[in-house]
Amino acid sequence: MAEVLEVTDSNFETEIIKSDKPAMVDFWAAWCGPCKMVAPVVKELAEEYGDRVTIGKCNVDQNPVTPSRYGIRSIPTLIVFKDGQVVEQIIGAVPRDNIEAALQKVL
Amino acid sequence: MDSVESVDYELVVIGGGPAGLTAGIYAARSRLKVLLLEKVVPGGQILTTDWIENYPGFPEGLSGYDLARKIADQTARFDVSIETGEALSIECKGPVKRLILKDRTISTHTVIIATGASPNRLSVPGEETYLGKGVSFCATCDGPFYRDKIVAVMGGGDTAVQEGIFLTKFAEKVYIIHRRKELRATKILQERAFKNPKIEFIWDSVVTKIDGNDSVEKLLIKNVKTGSISELSVDGLFIFVGTHPNTDFLCEEIKTDERGFIIADKNMETSVPGVYAVGDVRDTPLRQVVTAVGDAAIAAFSAEQYVENLKL
Repeated sequence: MAEVLEVTDSNFETEIIKSDKPAMVDFWAAWCGPCKMVAPVVKELAEEYGDRVTIGKCNVDQNPVTPSRYGIRSIPTLIVFKDGQVVEQIIGAVPRDNIEAALQKVL
Repeated sequence: MDSVESVDYELVVIGGGPAGLTAGIYAARSRLKVLLLEKVVPGGQILTTDWIENYPGFPEGLSGYDLARKIADQTARFDVSIETGEALSIECKGPVKRLILKDRTISTHTVIIATGASPNRLSVPGEETYLGKGVSFCATCDGPFYRDKIVAVMGGGDTAVQEGIFLTKFAEKVYIIHRRKELRATKILQERAFKNPKIEFIWDSVVTKIDGNDSVEKLLIKNVKTGSISELSVDGLFIFVGTHPNTDFLCEEIKTDERGFIIADKNMETSVPGVYAVGDVRDTPLRQVVTAVGDAAIAAFSAEQYVENLKL
């Protein structure tokens, strides 16, 4: 069991990029309806995969630097990282299976 | 009939938008054994609508998200099983319908299809490349990324005009590009758009190409009357050019119109007895939350009668 990590502009580098563990970050904001659809799915995935993959969420309102570094102009956007590199990027609310398939690539 | 064949459910509702959730409420209150299947989580297309002010009972209006949540909360008060899953196909032959999912098959006497519709793509060069990098189908999601920027909206219906007005909260300028000289949108929305100093209309025109570097920088626009091509510098393009029904899983016995929307009668019954279609997926003159939930109440009532008749 693992919680969804609060990813910020200040901890992104250490927790995601320089981490030995692969990671998935959910870029979201309070004003985005579909983001709220994805959030419970991300939480479930953290519980299931959290020991092997860092599962995080990044509020784009409070953390403008990280989303713009990845050119994010649509949310929800999920990015899967391994060794600091983007492995997969999912835009929009999609079924759990699609997100799991992306995670499988880094397991 | 000696006995009714045993099934997993008396009714399966496919889709958890306003129509599907309402069908769940009505069916549960009729004491039908009902399952609601939803692909992601309940909500539907209205989750992307910034503000709904034509659904009665909410005098000040409310956000699409709030309305979706209220309908979902109301459904949760009744005895509706809600599961995450996607119907890959339906077997419609015979009195028992079978829904084929990835990992199981569900048998049921009746099915209400409430799978809704998805936004149409423009199918022009650059659309796929710049998806999430300036091309968007959701103004409420992505509008705030365009503070003091210039954006374009393609479309002339309710969604295009409403979301165009919404975008003026953030963007410095909003072009609304429409292939005709007149909007299809509701008059009150048209009046607001015409009065808004940030909105400029580009009539009789379509986007033929989306271009840029890391993100969208310009659009090629063709005037459909004169054939002339021009370039428009924008930071983003929001596309609202109608919808197509989510019907990949239908059996061939279910009749659809030429655009693929499901044809249903006044009881919401399709060409297959015991299978109903409601909301945006149905061939209907108006696609609104208020019409979708009305469809759903009728369909649940029809399904109840169908199940009752099996027991006679």
